[in-house]
Amino acid sequence: MSKEKVTVHPRVSFGLEAHRADRKALALREQANIACRHLSQKVAFGLLWLTGLVAVAVLVLVVAYVVLQGWKVVRVDFPDFLLTPPRGGLSAEGGISTTIVTTFYLVLLTIGIATPLGVGAAVYLVEYAGEMRGRSGLISRLVGVVRFGVELLAGVPSIIFGLFGYALFVSAMHLGFSLLSAALAGACLVLPVIIRASEEALCAVPRCYREGSLALGTTQWQTVWKVVLPAALPGIITGIVLSVGRVVSETAVFYVTLGGSHHLPTSLFSGGRTMALHLYYLAMDTRAFDKAMGTGAVLVVTIVLINLAINSVSRRLTAGLKGG
Amino acid sequence: MRYAVDRGVKVLLFISALASTFVVFLILIFILQEGLPAFREIGLGDFVTGSVWRPGQEQFGILAMIVGSVLVTVGAIILGVPLAVGAAIFLAEVAPPWVRDIVRPAVELLAGIPSVVYGLFGMVVLVPLVRRIPAPANTGFGLLSASIVLAVMVLPTITNIAEDAIRAVPREYKEGSLALGTTHWQTIVGVIIPAARSGIIAAIILGIGRALGETMAMIMVIGNSIIVPRSLGDNPLTIVLSQARTLTGNIAVEIAYATGLHESAIFATGVMLFVLIVFVNSLARLLMRGRAQ
Repeated sequence: MSKEKVTVHPRVSFGLEAHRADRKALALREQANIACRHLSQKVAFGLLWLTGLVAVAVLVLVVAYVVLQGWKVVRVDFPDFLLTPPRGGLSAEGGISTTIVTTFYLVLLTIGIATPLGVGAAVYLVEYAGEMRGRSGLISRLVGVVRFGVELLAGVPSIIFGLFGYALFVSAMHLGFSLLSAALAGACLVLPVIIRASEEALCAVPRCYREGSLALGTTQWQTVWKVVLPAALPGIITGIVLSVGRVVSETAVFYVTLGGSHHLPTSLFSGGRTMALHLYYLAMDTRAFDKAMGTGAVLVVTIVLINLAINSVSRRLTAGLKGG
Repeated sequence: MRYAVDRGVKVLLFISALASTFVVFLILIFILQEGLPAFREIGLGDFVTGSVWRPGQEQFGILAMIVGSVLVTVGAIILGVPLAVGAAIFLAEVAPPWVRDIVRPAVELLAGIPSVVYGLFGMVVLVPLVRRIPAPANTGFGLLSASIVLAVMVLPTITNIAEDAIRAVPREYKEGSLALGTTHWQTIVGVIIPAARSGIIAAIILGIGRALGETMAMIMVIGNSIIVPRSLGDNPLTIVLSQARTLTGNIAVEIAYATGLHESAIFATGVMLFVLIVFVNSLARLLMRGRAQ
């Protein structure tokens, strides 16, 4: 400012005055502009906070409602609700013990079928398919097909798996509505989940682990078995637990393959109903909403526990990577 | 010896990889094969455009179910997407870390809640509420209830993926924009969202895929009447109260007792659903791949 205070011709001075006024106006406008921008930011952020909170509130509302209403039902005859079998038929009497056991059986069977296949496929894709690239056109093309298949499988709606399971296992293979049919159909459903999680876990194992092991003169399989798989184990387990969650919460597939008997399954070939399926029958056939709520609460708590398990495993995974 | 084991294992692993893929093609082949008689006897055109589904009289047209599935999905997207994308932007850009640390796992958890639980909530809470809307023959079961339930169900899916997409925008974009003197909000609207656009759209399309594939929750709240949805009275808006049936519901409700041509028609419904979903998912994957490049 002081630099401009030299004696100048009046007309020039007038020009300077105008210039100053201009700048002042500009500064004012700038300030107004900034204020306006900050205001619009405040409004927009307010709205974003609102949507964020509403989204969470809606979800929490649904789950909390079911858990609280259900807890009231479970509490009335706790622990009998969990320990007595449902009476079946159109009566909603009884507890949910057989459905818990059936869910457990089904999870074991499904995971037992899907895990070796899924982890095996992932190991092949990550550890073996890579070296094939460029060496054999046929196999690398096959690997492309496998990847495409897995991606496709992951997006297919569950009722399609149910339909497939019904056509192949229930009808064509004469397994009937049974644990085995349901587990086979369920295994197809969770296969992509396990493959993807295992693939990610295997890819995250540092290259130097493999090189170090191979340099010691091991075969590739020894390296995979003793070095790579143990390092990738937490990630693989995460995938498996995720699949357990899918099986527990899945209904459509088992609705068309498991039959829905409320009795305890006695063999691989007897039908049954899972907790989720039981909830559906209670709500739709019996209209016993209170018992359905009780079952829903148990179901939600189970899912929450499974999620906690996943979180603790993946936390150990990140801790392990940092430590190593 | 070690090498023999090595080779044996390799073959075994290759077989398991093949078997996993084989499943996809097995599913495709089986459903197509079972649905083929229906396509041949009814004809693809009549099957897709026929609005009458009366298994007793050998009349099979799935137009009502296609319209039902599409309308309920559109409803869910209209209701759910603004909330889901808003929540994604909130979590990725605005929320303070402690809020994010609570909300993110919660949203992930809610993605795993069984669909029958949402369906039950719809039956017990939403349907009685919707029934209060004065309209002739309003049962509460219908497109509106189903859309709301579905919107809540796809919310976690869309929020999770959209948030990842927003987070994947390179830091430099944001810093460059802020360095030009823009406010954070201007940066979000002008730089971050355009940069994450394809990812956000992919998230929405995956949400659509989930919505189209949802089965049990839909059966529980949509009423399952086999009609092309129409307005209940003079007010055209009451179409949202109309009962409907989805493609998925059609399969689940009837497969257990269907025989002959009826059974084949159910499988043909599955083929249509499969085609629809694969189309939608390929679109999403194309967009995701575009983002990666």
